[in-house]
Amino acid sequence: MVKALPQLGAGRLIVVEGIDGSGKSTQLALLQRWLVNQGYPVRFSEWNSSALVKQITKRGKDRRILTATTFCLTHAADFADRTERDILPALRSGGIVLSDRYMYTALARDVVRGVEPNYVRQLYRFAVKPTLAFYYRVPLEVALGRILGGRNALKYYEAGMDLSLSDDIEESFRLFQRRILQQYELLSKEFGLMVIDATLSIEEQQAQMRAIVKPKLEGVKRLSKHGKVSLLR
Amino acid sequence: MERFRFYGSGLPGVKLDDLRGRLIVVEGTDGVGRSTQVALLRQWLEQRGHAVFDTGLTRSALAGKGLKRAKEGNTLNLLTFTLFYATDFADQLENQIIPALRAGFIVLTDRYIYSQIARAVVRGADEAWVRDLFGIALVPTAIYYLKADLDHLIPRVAFTRGFDYWESGMDMRLGRDMFESFCRYQTRMLEIFDRMSNFYGFSEVDANGMVEEVFEKLQRRVRELLNHKNTAAAR
Repeated sequence: MVKALPQLGAGRLIVVEGIDGSGKSTQLALLQRWLVNQGYPVRFSEWNSSALVKQITKRGKDRRILTATTFCLTHAADFADRTERDILPALRSGGIVLSDRYMYTALARDVVRGVEPNYVRQLYRFAVKPTLAFYYRVPLEVALGRILGGRNALKYYEAGMDLSLSDDIEESFRLFQRRILQQYELLSKEFGLMVIDATLSIEEQQAQMRAIVKPKLEGVKRLSKHGKVSLLR
Repeated sequence: MERFRFYGSGLPGVKLDDLRGRLIVVEGTDGVGRSTQVALLRQWLEQRGHAVFDTGLTRSALAGKGLKRAKEGNTLNLLTFTLFYATDFADQLENQIIPALRAGFIVLTDRYIYSQIARAVVRGADEAWVRDLFGIALVPTAIYYLKADLDHLIPRVAFTRGFDYWESGMDMRLGRDMFESFCRYQTRMLEIFDRMSNFYGFSEVDANGMVEEVFEKLQRRVRELLNHKNTAAAR
């Protein structure tokens, strides 16, 4: 952590959290469209997407040599890289940063993998506190139905196979997601996450989200009256 | 034998009861002759019949290569940089150091978490955060800090491999040229090492002399350590 505190300036940080299949990415994409169309400067950031760290994470995942600790640290490195490179500069320049998953994802997953809860909390002390953190709450079966029905193959770490919960990848995924869901419920209380009922229709959820975001936009400078749709991402 | 322990919360799923070896750390700032001393120590220990496993920074299967590449491009910010090192360290600890200790080896490491902590702190990282980060580390059996004055360090670096970008702290823009920068950077590093020496209980070895003299001192300490069969952890 750099000694000088990160200054948010006039920026806003909005993050979405939830288990796979909760629909959070869909909601964030719709929110982004809405913001960009109003001419706001928007920067999108995604979990585990730093080009620099990706090579290492990929190497570890491909060879299956990641342990709970190195899994935790590579994801923290990814998060740090995006914080220093993308999130902080965008916020300091007065823009809106939208983040698909944030530190809460690490707090949930790493703890399920067996890392000390306090260790992970200390580790992420450098994270910028979000203006708004939405948690898309969804029953496990609903989320599993969306994921297992639609997508082809589950990946090893995604399904929590490294935890040896089950030899069957789908069963492992189920058990892993159940544990993560429990963690999210705890985190939602600890950090006061904004809970959205993710069983509602996409339109209803989006309307709620926009209503909550709108008052937080006061004072954020727009780049133009009407943004260009082609400038997305 | 006294049991090993972690500095902080440690590594999940790692049992410490069956670690039988010794973990010996050789620390010191750049140019102090660490690698030379480690090589001599290894030969001597093997001569005495100990199985030795030696290791150093940025050599892990997971992050070693990526770290090297990132350093070459000077593309890392402080936090990312520090977390990269921590990842690499964790990988080595879990996959090399701990298995070797379990097998009863003397693990000899050329630097440990302390150099990494110093490197981050000198660049402005929050010391408590970095220390917590490395709470995953095992407390070594002994930490030998090869300590030399800046006056002794300068010619050793200048007339061997020359000044290196990172060892001179060039990323910190401390001076007009590499020499100036090296001096200022290493002065600060020495201050941090002194602080850590108290905090972590280093065993200081005067490294101002010639290679043979320094080695004799180091040898004496290690001999004492190995003769005391009951000491597994430093503090």
